[in-house]
Amino acid sequence: MTYELLVALTVFILALLVGFEVISKVPATLHTPLMSGANAIHGVVVVGVMILAATTRSTIGYVVVFVAAVFAAMNVVGGYVVTDRMLEMFKARRVSDGKDES
Amino acid sequence: MSGFDFTVALVYLAAAVTFVLGLHLMNSPASARRGNQLSAAGMTVAILLTVVVLVEDGVITGTGVAVLTAGLVVGGVAGLISAQRVQMTAMPQLVSLFNAVGGGAAALIAVGEAIEESLELAPVRHTVPTVLDVVIGAVTLSGSIVAAGKLAGKVSGSPILIPGGRALSVLLTLVMVAGGVGVSAGAGGLGLLLVVGAAALGLGVLMTLPIGGADMPVVISLLNAFTGTAVAMAGFVLDSTPLVVAGALVGAAGTILTKLMADAMNRSIGSIMMGGFGVGEAAASAAAGAGGSVRETSIDDAALQLAYAGSVVVVPGYGLAAAQAQHELVELCQALERNGVAVSYGIHPVAGRMPGHMNVLLAEANVPYPQLKDLEEINPEFPRTDVVLVVGANDVTNPAARRPGNPVSGMPILDVDHARSVIVIKRSMASGYAGIDNELYTDPKTAMLFADAKAGLKQLHTALQAYVR
Repeated sequence: MTYELLVALTVFILALLVGFEVISKVPATLHTPLMSGANAIHGVVVVGVMILAATTRSTIGYVVVFVAAVFAAMNVVGGYVVTDRMLEMFKARRVSDGKDES
Repeated sequence: MSGFDFTVALVYLAAAVTFVLGLHLMNSPASARRGNQLSAAGMTVAILLTVVVLVEDGVITGTGVAVLTAGLVVGGVAGLISAQRVQMTAMPQLVSLFNAVGGGAAALIAVGEAIEESLELAPVRHTVPTVLDVVIGAVTLSGSIVAAGKLAGKVSGSPILIPGGRALSVLLTLVMVAGGVGVSAGAGGLGLLLVVGAAALGLGVLMTLPIGGADMPVVISLLNAFTGTAVAMAGFVLDSTPLVVAGALVGAAGTILTKLMADAMNRSIGSIMMGGFGVGEAAASAAAGAGGSVRETSIDDAALQLAYAGSVVVVPGYGLAAAQAQHELVELCQALERNGVAVSYGIHPVAGRMPGHMNVLLAEANVPYPQLKDLEEINPEFPRTDVVLVVGANDVTNPAARRPGNPVSGMPILDVDHARSVIVIKRSMASGYAGIDNELYTDPKTAMLFADAKAGLKQLHTALQAYVR
Protein backbone atom coordinates (compact mmCIF):
# COMPACT_ATOMS: atom_id res chain seq x y z
CA MET A 1 0.00 0.00 0.00
CA THR A 2 2.72 2.46 0.99
CA TYR A 3 4.78 1.26 -1.95
CA GLU A 4 1.90 1.96 -4.37
CA LEU A 5 1.50 5.46 -2.98
CA LEU A 6 5.23 6.03 -3.41
CA VAL A 7 5.07 4.94 -7.06
CA ALA A 8 2.05 7.19 -7.69
CA LEU A 9 3.81 10.15 -6.05
CA THR A 10 6.95 9.50 -8.11
CA VAL A 11 4.89 9.44 -11.31
CA PHE A 12 3.07 12.63 -10.25
CA ILE A 13 6.27 14.56 -9.56
CA LEU A 14 8.01 13.38 -12.73
CA ALA A 15 4.93 14.23 -14.83
CA LEU A 16 4.95 17.73 -13.30
CA LEU A 17 8.59 18.19 -14.30
CA VAL A 18 7.94 16.89 -17.82
CA GLY A 19 5.05 19.36 -18.06
CA PHE A 20 7.26 22.28 -17.09
CA GLU A 21 9.91 21.29 -19.64
CA VAL A 22 7.57 20.63 -22.55
CA ILE A 23 5.54 23.79 -22.06
CA SER A 24 8.25 26.33 -21.40
CA LYS A 25 9.44 25.96 -25.01
CA VAL A 26 6.14 26.99 -26.64
CA PRO A 27 6.13 30.45 -28.31
CA ALA A 28 3.62 33.08 -27.13
CA THR A 29 1.67 32.92 -30.39
CA LEU A 30 0.56 29.41 -29.52
CA HIS A 31 -0.33 30.06 -25.89
CA THR A 32 -4.09 30.19 -26.43
CA PRO A 33 -4.21 26.94 -28.45
CA LEU A 34 -1.86 25.42 -25.90
CA MET A 35 -4.08 26.41 -23.01
CA SER A 36 -7.02 24.95 -24.86
CA GLY A 37 -5.06 21.80 -25.72
CA ALA A 38 -3.98 21.34 -22.10
CA ASN A 39 -7.61 21.94 -21.15
CA ALA A 40 -8.60 19.05 -23.44
CA ILE A 41 -5.97 16.77 -21.91
CA HIS A 42 -7.42 17.11 -18.42
CA GLY A 43 -10.55 15.75 -20.08
CA VAL A 44 -8.89 12.42 -19.19
CA VAL A 45 -11.07 12.86 -16.10
CA VAL A 46 -13.67 11.00 -18.22
CA VAL A 47 -11.66 7.81 -17.61
CA GLY A 48 -11.99 8.50 -13.89
CA VAL A 49 -15.76 8.91 -14.19
CA MET A 50 -15.95 5.54 -15.99
CA ILE A 51 -13.96 3.87 -13.20
CA LEU A 52 -16.25 5.49 -10.63
CA ALA A 53 -19.34 4.23 -12.49
CA ALA A 54 -18.08 0.63 -12.15
CA THR A 55 -18.28 0.71 -8.34
CA THR A 56 -21.43 2.82 -8.01
CA ARG A 57 -24.47 1.08 -6.48
CA SER A 58 -26.65 3.79 -4.86
CA THR A 59 -29.22 6.04 -6.50
CA ILE A 60 -27.54 9.24 -5.38
CA GLY A 61 -24.27 7.74 -6.62
CA TYR A 62 -25.81 7.24 -10.09
CA VAL A 63 -26.91 10.90 -10.12
CA VAL A 64 -23.34 11.95 -9.33
CA VAL A 65 -22.00 9.66 -12.08
CA PHE A 66 -24.45 11.08 -14.61
CA VAL A 67 -23.57 14.72 -13.89
CA ALA A 68 -19.85 13.92 -13.77
CA ALA A 69 -20.13 12.05 -17.10
CA VAL A 70 -21.87 15.02 -18.76
CA PHE A 71 -19.20 17.40 -17.43
CA ALA A 72 -16.24 15.20 -18.34
CA ALA A 73 -17.50 14.36 -21.85
CA MET A 74 -18.11 18.07 -22.54
CA ASN A 75 -14.58 18.84 -21.40
CA VAL A 76 -12.86 16.18 -23.47
CA VAL A 77 -14.89 16.41 -26.70
CA GLY A 78 -15.32 20.19 -26.71
CA GLY A 79 -11.72 20.76 -25.65
CA TYR A 80 -10.19 18.82 -28.52
CA VAL A 81 -12.61 20.12 -31.15
CA VAL A 82 -12.16 23.80 -30.26
CA THR A 83 -8.37 23.40 -30.13
CA ASP A 84 -8.40 21.75 -33.53
CA ARG A 85 -10.49 24.61 -34.93
CA MET A 86 -7.96 27.14 -33.68
CA LEU A 87 -4.99 25.23 -35.06
CA GLU A 88 -6.71 24.54 -38.37
CA MET A 89 -6.49 28.26 -39.09
CA PHE A 90 -2.75 28.28 -38.52
CA LYS A 91 -2.33 25.34 -40.86
CA ALA A 92 -4.60 26.62 -43.64
CA ARG A 93 -2.65 29.85 -43.75
CA ARG A 94 0.65 27.99 -44.05
CA VAL A 95 -0.58 26.06 -47.08
CA SER A 96 -1.73 29.21 -48.87
CA ASP A 97 1.64 30.82 -48.10
CA GLY A 98 3.35 27.96 -49.91
CA LYS A 99 1.15 28.48 -52.94
CA ASP A 100 1.96 32.18 -53.04
CA GLU A 101 5.67 31.47 -53.20
CA SER A 102 5.49 28.89 -55.96
CA MET B 1 -0.39 -8.64 -11.84
CA SER B 2 -2.13 -10.60 -14.60
CA GLY B 3 -1.18 -10.36 -18.24
CA PHE B 4 -4.35 -8.40 -18.92
CA ASP B 5 -3.64 -5.83 -16.21
CA PHE B 6 -0.08 -5.47 -17.46
CA THR B 7 -1.22 -4.85 -21.04
CA VAL B 8 -3.77 -2.31 -19.81
CA ALA B 9 -1.07 -0.45 -17.87
CA LEU B 10 1.17 -0.42 -20.96
CA VAL B 11 -1.56 1.02 -23.19
CA TYR B 12 -2.36 3.72 -20.59
CA LEU B 13 1.34 4.53 -20.57
CA ALA B 14 1.30 4.85 -24.37
CA ALA B 15 -1.68 7.24 -24.09
CA ALA B 16 0.22 9.34 -21.54
CA VAL B 17 3.17 9.47 -23.95
CA THR B 18 0.91 10.84 -26.70
CA PHE B 19 -0.19 13.64 -24.32
CA VAL B 20 3.43 14.65 -23.70
CA LEU B 21 4.39 14.37 -27.39
CA GLY B 22 1.23 16.23 -28.37
CA LEU B 23 2.13 19.16 -26.14
CA HIS B 24 5.67 19.02 -27.47
CA LEU B 25 4.46 19.22 -31.09
CA MET B 26 2.49 22.35 -30.16
CA ASN B 27 5.87 24.13 -30.05
CA SER B 28 5.53 25.33 -33.63
CA PRO B 29 2.54 26.40 -35.71
CA ALA B 30 3.47 23.87 -38.41
CA SER B 31 3.17 20.81 -36.17
CA ALA B 32 0.71 22.12 -33.57
CA ARG B 33 -2.39 20.65 -35.16
CA ARG B 34 -0.76 17.26 -35.53
CA GLY B 35 0.19 17.47 -31.85
CA ASN B 36 -3.38 18.08 -30.78
CA GLN B 37 -4.64 15.27 -33.02
CA LEU B 38 -2.04 12.88 -31.62
CA SER B 39 -3.13 13.74 -28.11
CA ALA B 40 -6.80 13.28 -29.13
CA ALA B 41 -5.95 9.87 -30.58
CA GLY B 42 -4.23 8.90 -27.32
CA MET B 43 -7.30 10.07 -25.42
CA THR B 44 -9.60 7.97 -27.63
CA VAL B 45 -7.45 4.90 -27.01
CA ALA B 46 -7.47 5.54 -23.24
CA ILE B 47 -11.28 5.85 -23.23
CA LEU B 48 -11.82 2.74 -25.39
CA LEU B 49 -9.37 0.80 -23.21
CA THR B 50 -11.36 1.80 -20.12
CA VAL B 51 -14.49 0.42 -21.80
CA VAL B 52 -12.65 -2.88 -22.34
CA VAL B 53 -11.53 -2.89 -18.70
CA LEU B 54 -15.11 -2.26 -17.49
CA VAL B 55 -16.41 -5.14 -19.63
CA GLU B 56 -13.60 -7.48 -18.52
CA ASP B 57 -14.07 -6.69 -14.81
CA GLY B 58 -17.83 -7.02 -15.13
CA VAL B 59 -18.55 -5.28 -11.81
CA ILE B 60 -20.46 -2.36 -13.34
CA THR B 61 -24.25 -2.68 -12.96
CA GLY B 62 -26.72 -2.40 -15.82
CA THR B 63 -27.96 0.87 -14.35
CA GLY B 64 -24.36 2.05 -14.14
CA VAL B 65 -23.84 1.38 -17.86
CA ALA B 66 -27.06 3.19 -18.77
CA VAL B 67 -26.37 6.23 -16.60
CA LEU B 68 -22.75 6.48 -17.73
CA THR B 69 -23.59 6.14 -21.43
CA ALA B 70 -26.43 8.66 -21.23
CA GLY B 71 -24.17 11.17 -19.46
CA LEU B 72 -21.32 10.70 -21.91
CA VAL B 73 -23.58 11.11 -24.93
CA VAL B 74 -25.30 14.23 -23.58
CA GLY B 75 -22.01 15.85 -22.54
CA GLY B 76 -20.19 14.81 -25.70
CA VAL B 77 -22.86 16.18 -28.02
CA ALA B 78 -23.11 19.43 -26.01
CA GLY B 79 -19.33 19.83 -26.13
CA LEU B 80 -19.13 19.05 -29.84
CA ILE B 81 -21.89 21.45 -30.87
CA SER B 82 -20.70 24.35 -28.73
CA ALA B 83 -17.10 23.89 -29.91
CA GLN B 84 -18.13 23.82 -33.56
CA ARG B 85 -20.49 26.76 -33.40
CA VAL B 86 -18.53 29.18 -31.22
CA GLN B 87 -17.29 32.42 -32.77
CA MET B 88 -13.52 32.74 -32.41
CA THR B 89 -13.93 35.95 -30.42
CA ALA B 90 -16.14 34.10 -27.91
CA MET B 91 -13.68 31.23 -27.69
CA PRO B 92 -11.95 32.28 -24.41
CA GLN B 93 -15.15 31.98 -22.40
CA LEU B 94 -15.92 28.59 -23.95
CA VAL B 95 -12.48 27.29 -22.97
CA SER B 96 -13.17 28.65 -19.50
CA LEU B 97 -16.49 26.76 -19.40
CA PHE B 98 -14.84 23.51 -20.54
CA ASN B 99 -12.33 24.07 -17.78
CA ALA B 100 -15.14 24.61 -15.27
CA VAL B 101 -16.87 21.32 -16.10
CA GLY B 102 -13.54 19.47 -16.01
CA GLY B 103 -12.96 20.70 -12.47
CA GLY B 104 -16.55 19.87 -11.57
CA ALA B 105 -16.17 16.31 -12.90
CA ALA B 106 -12.96 15.84 -10.89
CA ALA B 107 -14.63 17.04 -7.68
CA LEU B 108 -17.66 14.80 -8.31
CA ILE B 109 -15.39 11.75 -8.64
CA ALA B 110 -14.20 12.23 -5.05
CA VAL B 111 -17.80 12.83 -3.89
CA GLY B 112 -19.01 9.72 -5.75
CA GLU B 113 -16.27 7.61 -4.17
CA ALA B 114 -17.20 8.96 -0.73
CA ILE B 115 -20.84 8.01 -1.32
CA GLU B 116 -19.93 4.40 -2.11
CA GLU B 117 -17.14 3.88 0.42
CA SER B 118 -17.24 5.45 3.86
CA LEU B 119 -14.55 8.08 4.29
CA GLU B 120 -14.41 7.42 8.04
CA LEU B 121 -12.87 3.99 7.41
CA ALA B 122 -10.57 5.07 4.58
CA PRO B 123 -6.82 5.43 5.08
CA VAL B 124 -5.22 8.90 5.08
CA ARG B 125 -3.67 8.26 1.67
CA HIS B 126 -7.25 8.15 0.37
CA THR B 127 -8.86 10.92 2.43
CA VAL B 128 -6.20 13.58 1.77
CA PRO B 129 -6.46 13.46 -2.05
CA THR B 130 -10.26 13.27 -1.66
CA VAL B 131 -10.31 16.58 0.21
CA LEU B 132 -7.81 18.22 -2.17
CA ASP B 133 -9.76 16.99 -5.19
CA VAL B 134 -13.06 18.41 -3.88
CA VAL B 135 -11.52 21.72 -2.79
CA ILE B 136 -9.55 22.40 -5.97
CA GLY B 137 -12.24 21.04 -8.28
CA ALA B 138 -15.02 23.10 -6.65
CA VAL B 139 -12.99 26.34 -6.63
CA THR B 140 -12.26 25.76 -10.33
CA LEU B 141 -15.89 25.02 -11.18
CA SER B 142 -17.36 28.20 -9.68
CA GLY B 143 -14.31 30.38 -10.44
CA SER B 144 -14.22 29.41 -14.12
CA ILE B 145 -17.96 30.02 -14.52
CA VAL B 146 -17.55 33.55 -13.11
CA ALA B 147 -14.50 34.10 -15.35
CA ALA B 148 -16.46 32.92 -18.40
CA GLY B 149 -19.32 35.24 -17.42
CA LYS B 150 -16.92 38.18 -17.20
CA LEU B 151 -15.41 37.38 -20.61
CA ALA B 152 -18.87 37.01 -22.16
CA GLY B 153 -19.95 40.32 -20.63
CA LYS B 154 -22.70 38.63 -18.60
CA VAL B 155 -20.91 39.53 -15.38
CA SER B 156 -19.40 43.02 -15.17
CA GLY B 157 -15.79 43.00 -16.30
CA SER B 158 -14.78 45.62 -13.79
CA PRO B 159 -13.60 44.48 -10.38
CA ILE B 160 -16.62 43.76 -8.19
CA LEU B 161 -15.99 44.40 -4.54
CA ILE B 162 -18.59 42.92 -2.22
CA PRO B 163 -18.81 44.64 1.15
CA GLY B 164 -17.32 42.24 3.65
CA GLY B 165 -16.15 39.98 0.83
CA ARG B 166 -12.66 39.74 2.26
CA ALA B 167 -14.00 38.72 5.67
CA LEU B 168 -16.33 36.17 4.05
CA SER B 169 -13.41 34.72 2.06
CA VAL B 170 -11.40 34.31 5.24
CA LEU B 171 -14.36 32.65 6.94
CA LEU B 172 -14.91 30.25 4.01
CA THR B 173 -11.20 29.42 3.94
CA LEU B 174 -11.29 28.61 7.64
CA VAL B 175 -14.34 26.37 7.19
CA MET B 176 -12.65 24.69 4.24
CA VAL B 177 -9.35 24.08 6.02
CA ALA B 178 -10.90 22.95 9.30
CA GLY B 179 -13.38 20.70 7.50
CA GLY B 180 -10.65 19.39 5.23
CA VAL B 181 -8.43 18.46 8.16
CA GLY B 182 -11.42 16.79 9.83
CA VAL B 183 -12.29 14.69 6.80
CA SER B 184 -8.63 13.76 6.27
CA ALA B 185 -8.42 12.56 9.87
CA GLY B 186 -11.47 10.35 9.33
CA ALA B 187 -14.10 12.51 11.05
CA GLY B 188 -17.32 13.87 9.60
CA GLY B 189 -17.35 11.74 6.47
CA LEU B 190 -19.44 12.62 3.42
CA GLY B 191 -21.49 15.32 5.15
CA LEU B 192 -18.43 17.32 6.17
CA LEU B 193 -16.87 16.73 2.73
CA LEU B 194 -19.93 18.39 1.14
CA VAL B 195 -19.62 21.35 3.53
CA VAL B 196 -15.98 21.70 2.47
CA GLY B 197 -17.06 21.53 -1.18
CA ALA B 198 -19.74 24.20 -0.69
CA ALA B 199 -17.23 26.50 1.03
CA ALA B 200 -14.82 25.97 -1.89
CA LEU B 201 -17.56 26.82 -4.40
CA GLY B 202 -18.24 30.08 -2.56
CA LEU B 203 -14.55 30.86 -2.38
CA GLY B 204 -14.17 30.34 -6.14
CA VAL B 205 -16.81 33.01 -6.77
CA LEU B 206 -15.40 35.45 -4.21
CA MET B 207 -11.90 34.94 -5.58
CA THR B 208 -12.81 35.70 -9.19
CA LEU B 209 -15.38 38.51 -8.78
CA PRO B 210 -12.94 41.22 -7.62
CA ILE B 211 -10.57 40.59 -10.55
CA GLY B 212 -10.77 42.88 -13.59
CA GLY B 213 -11.67 41.61 -17.06
CA ALA B 214 -8.19 42.29 -18.44
CA ASP B 215 -6.72 39.90 -15.88
CA MET B 216 -9.08 37.06 -16.83
CA PRO B 217 -6.48 35.32 -19.05
CA VAL B 218 -4.18 34.91 -16.07
CA VAL B 219 -7.06 33.68 -13.94
CA ILE B 220 -8.26 31.18 -16.54
CA SER B 221 -4.75 29.88 -17.00
CA LEU B 222 -4.40 29.48 -13.25
CA LEU B 223 -7.77 27.73 -13.02
CA ASN B 224 -6.68 25.46 -15.88
CA ALA B 225 -3.68 24.47 -13.78
CA PHE B 226 -6.04 23.93 -10.83
CA THR B 227 -8.20 21.55 -12.86
CA GLY B 228 -5.12 19.59 -13.86
CA THR B 229 -4.15 19.26 -10.22
CA ALA B 230 -7.71 18.28 -9.23
CA VAL B 231 -7.70 15.58 -11.92
CA ALA B 232 -4.35 14.29 -10.62
CA MET B 233 -5.89 14.14 -7.11
CA ALA B 234 -8.86 12.21 -8.55
CA GLY B 235 -6.21 9.87 -9.96
CA PHE B 236 -4.86 9.30 -6.44
CA VAL B 237 -8.40 8.70 -5.15
CA LEU B 238 -9.10 6.08 -7.85
CA ASP B 239 -5.53 4.69 -8.10
CA SER B 240 -5.55 5.59 -11.79
CA THR B 241 -2.16 6.38 -13.32
CA PRO B 242 -3.42 8.07 -16.53
CA LEU B 243 -5.32 10.63 -14.42
CA VAL B 244 -2.26 11.28 -12.26
CA VAL B 245 0.05 11.72 -15.26
CA ALA B 246 -2.26 13.84 -17.44
CA GLY B 247 -3.41 15.91 -14.46
CA ALA B 248 0.13 16.69 -13.37
CA LEU B 249 1.09 17.57 -16.96
CA VAL B 250 -1.74 20.08 -17.21
CA GLY B 251 -1.04 21.39 -13.72
CA ALA B 252 2.51 22.18 -14.80
CA ALA B 253 1.39 23.59 -18.18
CA GLY B 254 -1.11 25.95 -16.59
CA THR B 255 1.37 27.12 -14.00
CA ILE B 256 4.03 27.96 -16.58
CA LEU B 257 1.49 29.73 -18.80
CA THR B 258 0.14 31.69 -15.84
CA LYS B 259 3.62 32.85 -14.92
CA LEU B 260 4.47 33.83 -18.52
CA MET B 261 1.25 35.83 -18.80
CA ALA B 262 1.66 37.55 -15.46
CA ASP B 263 5.28 38.43 -16.36
CA ALA B 264 4.21 39.90 -19.69
CA MET B 265 1.70 42.12 -17.88
CA ASN B 266 4.23 43.03 -15.20
CA ARG B 267 1.93 41.64 -12.53
CA SER B 268 2.58 39.12 -9.84
CA ILE B 269 0.16 36.19 -9.66
CA GLY B 270 -0.22 36.95 -5.97
CA SER B 271 -1.40 40.52 -6.47
CA ILE B 272 -3.88 39.44 -9.18
CA MET B 273 -5.36 36.74 -6.98
CA MET B 274 -5.55 38.99 -3.95
CA GLY B 275 -8.12 40.79 -6.06
CA GLY B 276 -8.83 44.32 -7.18
CA PHE B 277 -5.17 45.17 -7.84
CA GLY B 278 -4.64 48.86 -7.16
CA VAL B 279 -8.33 49.61 -7.45
CA GLY B 280 -7.99 52.47 -4.97
CA GLU B 281 -4.62 53.90 -5.95
CA ALA B 282 -5.24 53.54 -9.69
CA ALA B 283 -8.36 55.68 -9.51
CA ALA B 284 -6.47 58.34 -7.58
CA SER B 285 -3.57 58.59 -10.03
CA ALA B 286 -5.92 58.61 -13.03
CA ALA B 287 -7.75 61.60 -11.61
CA ALA B 288 -4.54 63.43 -10.75
CA GLY B 289 -2.73 63.11 -14.08
CA ALA B 290 -4.39 65.05 -16.86
CA GLY B 291 -1.28 66.88 -18.05
CA GLY B 292 -0.12 67.34 -21.63
CA SER B 293 -2.14 68.30 -24.67
CA VAL B 294 -3.56 65.74 -27.05
CA ARG B 295 -3.72 66.16 -30.82
CA GLU B 296 -6.93 64.89 -32.34
CA THR B 297 -7.19 63.80 -35.95
CA SER B 298 -10.05 63.09 -38.33
CA ILE B 299 -10.88 59.98 -40.34
CA ASP B 300 -9.84 61.71 -43.60
CA ASP B 301 -6.51 62.94 -42.27
CA ALA B 302 -5.70 59.55 -40.82
CA ALA B 303 -6.62 57.80 -44.09
CA LEU B 304 -4.41 60.19 -46.04
CA GLN B 305 -1.52 59.62 -43.65
CA LEU B 306 -1.86 55.85 -44.05
CA ALA B 307 -2.24 55.95 -47.83
CA TYR B 308 1.01 57.84 -48.34
CA ALA B 309 3.06 55.88 -45.79
CA GLY B 310 5.81 53.55 -46.98
CA SER B 311 5.49 51.22 -44.04
CA VAL B 312 2.74 50.71 -41.48
CA VAL B 313 2.83 48.63 -38.31
CA VAL B 314 -0.51 47.79 -36.72
CA VAL B 315 -0.62 47.30 -32.97
CA PRO B 316 -3.92 45.58 -32.12
CA GLY B 317 -5.01 45.18 -28.51
CA TYR B 318 -7.78 44.17 -26.16
CA GLY B 319 -10.09 46.87 -27.56
CA LEU B 320 -9.92 45.32 -31.03
CA ALA B 321 -10.81 41.89 -29.67
CA ALA B 322 -13.60 43.31 -27.51
CA ALA B 323 -15.06 45.21 -30.51
CA GLN B 324 -14.60 42.11 -32.72
CA ALA B 325 -13.06 44.36 -35.35
CA GLN B 326 -10.36 42.02 -36.64
CA HIS B 327 -12.01 41.58 -40.06
CA GLU B 328 -12.38 45.34 -40.55
CA LEU B 329 -8.72 45.78 -39.60
CA VAL B 330 -7.52 43.17 -42.05
CA GLU B 331 -9.64 44.62 -44.88
CA LEU B 332 -8.11 48.03 -44.26
CA CYS B 333 -4.58 46.57 -44.24
CA GLN B 334 -5.20 44.61 -47.43
CA ALA B 335 -6.33 47.81 -49.14
CA LEU B 336 -3.12 49.50 -47.99
CA GLU B 337 -1.02 46.61 -49.26
CA ARG B 338 -2.67 46.74 -52.67
CA ASN B 339 -1.52 50.35 -52.72
CA GLY B 340 2.09 49.32 -52.09
CA VAL B 341 2.25 50.03 -48.36
CA ALA B 342 4.29 47.48 -46.37
CA VAL B 343 2.06 46.31 -43.53
CA SER B 344 2.97 44.18 -40.54
CA TYR B 345 1.36 43.50 -37.19
CA GLY B 346 3.13 44.00 -33.86
CA ILE B 347 1.60 41.58 -31.42
CA HIS B 348 2.23 42.00 -27.72
CA PRO B 349 2.32 38.63 -25.92
CA VAL B 350 -0.83 39.50 -23.95
CA ALA B 351 -2.73 41.29 -26.74
CA GLY B 352 -6.36 40.20 -27.04
CA ARG B 353 -8.27 38.49 -24.32
CA MET B 354 -5.82 35.63 -23.78
CA PRO B 355 -2.13 35.35 -24.62
CA GLY B 356 -1.82 34.43 -28.26
CA HIS B 357 -5.52 35.14 -28.80
CA MET B 358 -4.74 38.04 -31.15
CA ASN B 359 -2.79 35.68 -33.39
CA VAL B 360 -5.79 33.38 -33.56
CA LEU B 361 -8.16 36.25 -34.35
CA LEU B 362 -5.91 37.63 -37.10
CA ALA B 363 -5.31 34.13 -38.44
CA GLU B 364 -9.07 33.68 -38.71
CA ALA B 365 -9.18 36.92 -40.72
CA ASN B 366 -6.55 35.45 -43.10
CA VAL B 367 -3.48 37.45 -42.17
CA PRO B 368 -0.40 35.66 -43.56
CA TYR B 369 1.71 34.26 -40.73
CA PRO B 370 4.96 36.10 -41.70
CA GLN B 371 3.20 39.45 -41.16
CA LEU B 372 2.60 38.69 -37.49
CA LYS B 373 5.63 39.88 -35.53
CA ASP B 374 6.18 39.37 -31.84
CA LEU B 375 7.63 41.90 -29.43
CA GLU B 376 11.34 41.13 -29.98
CA GLU B 377 10.91 41.01 -33.75
CA ILE B 378 8.99 44.25 -34.20
CA ASN B 379 10.68 46.57 -31.70
CA PRO B 380 13.84 47.15 -33.82
CA GLU B 381 11.53 47.94 -36.78
CA PHE B 382 9.74 50.91 -35.20
CA PRO B 383 12.43 53.56 -35.93
CA ARG B 384 12.08 52.66 -39.64
CA THR B 385 8.27 52.73 -39.56
CA ASP B 386 6.34 55.66 -41.06
CA VAL B 387 3.00 55.16 -39.31
CA VAL B 388 2.01 52.98 -36.39
CA LEU B 389 -1.72 52.30 -36.12
CA VAL B 390 -2.63 51.45 -32.54
CA VAL B 391 -6.10 49.88 -32.29
CA GLY B 392 -7.47 49.32 -28.81
CA ALA B 393 -4.10 48.79 -27.13
CA ASN B 394 -3.06 50.99 -24.24
CA ASP B 395 -0.74 49.96 -21.42
CA VAL B 396 1.41 47.77 -23.70
CA THR B 397 2.46 50.91 -25.61
CA ASN B 398 3.10 53.25 -22.65
CA PRO B 399 6.69 54.57 -22.75
CA ALA B 400 6.44 55.16 -18.98
CA ALA B 401 7.17 51.44 -18.62
CA ARG B 402 10.83 52.17 -19.39
CA ARG B 403 11.07 54.39 -16.29
CA PRO B 404 10.94 53.10 -12.74
CA GLY B 405 8.37 54.26 -10.21
CA ASN B 406 4.95 53.72 -11.81
CA PRO B 407 2.47 50.84 -12.10
CA VAL B 408 3.69 49.72 -15.55
CA SER B 409 7.43 50.00 -14.79
CA GLY B 410 9.43 47.14 -16.18
CA MET B 411 6.58 45.74 -18.28
CA PRO B 412 7.78 44.70 -21.74
CA ILE B 413 6.21 47.18 -24.17
CA LEU B 414 6.04 47.79 -27.90
CA ASP B 415 8.30 50.80 -28.62
CA VAL B 416 5.60 52.53 -30.63
CA ASP B 417 6.95 55.99 -29.72
CA HIS B 418 10.12 55.28 -31.75
CA ALA B 419 8.16 55.37 -35.01
CA ARG B 420 7.94 58.49 -37.18
CA SER B 421 4.24 58.99 -36.47
CA VAL B 422 1.49 57.26 -34.53
CA ILE B 423 -2.29 57.07 -34.97
CA VAL B 424 -4.23 55.76 -31.99
CA ILE B 425 -7.81 54.58 -32.49
CA LYS B 426 -9.50 54.68 -29.12
CA ARG B 427 -12.95 55.46 -27.84
CA SER B 428 -11.89 57.96 -25.20
CA MET B 429 -8.93 59.11 -23.15
CA ALA B 430 -9.85 56.59 -20.45
CA SER B 431 -6.81 54.98 -18.93
CA GLY B 432 -5.93 51.33 -19.43
CA TYR B 433 -5.93 48.59 -16.89
CA ALA B 434 -2.91 49.95 -15.02
CA GLY B 435 -4.95 53.09 -14.38
CA ILE B 436 -2.32 55.60 -15.48
CA ASP B 437 -2.16 58.05 -18.38
CA ASN B 438 -0.41 56.81 -21.50
CA GLU B 439 2.44 59.21 -22.28
CA LEU B 440 2.24 58.09 -25.90
CA TYR B 441 -1.02 60.02 -26.32
CA THR B 442 0.57 63.37 -25.43
CA ASP B 443 3.61 62.74 -27.66
CA PRO B 444 3.67 65.45 -30.38
CA LYS B 445 3.88 62.85 -33.17
CA THR B 446 0.80 61.00 -31.93
CA ALA B 447 -2.63 61.70 -33.39
CA MET B 448 -5.71 60.44 -31.58
CA LEU B 449 -8.67 59.17 -33.57
CA PHE B 450 -11.58 58.91 -31.15
CA ALA B 451 -13.84 56.14 -32.46
CA ASP B 452 -15.09 52.66 -31.74
CA ALA B 453 -12.54 50.23 -33.20
CA LYS B 454 -15.00 48.54 -35.56
CA ALA B 455 -16.73 51.70 -36.83
CA GLY B 456 -13.46 53.65 -36.99
CA LEU B 457 -11.66 51.03 -39.08
CA LYS B 458 -14.61 50.74 -41.43
CA GLN B 459 -14.72 54.52 -41.95
CA LEU B 460 -10.94 54.60 -42.48
CA HIS B 461 -11.30 51.94 -45.14
CA THR B 462 -14.03 53.92 -46.89
CA ALA B 463 -12.05 57.17 -46.69
CA LEU B 464 -8.99 55.38 -48.01
CA GLN B 465 -10.79 54.61 -51.31
CA ALA B 466 -10.36 58.29 -52.24
CA TYR B 467 -6.58 58.04 -52.13
CA VAL B 468 -5.86 54.60 -53.53
CA ARG B 469 -6.57 52.89 -56.79
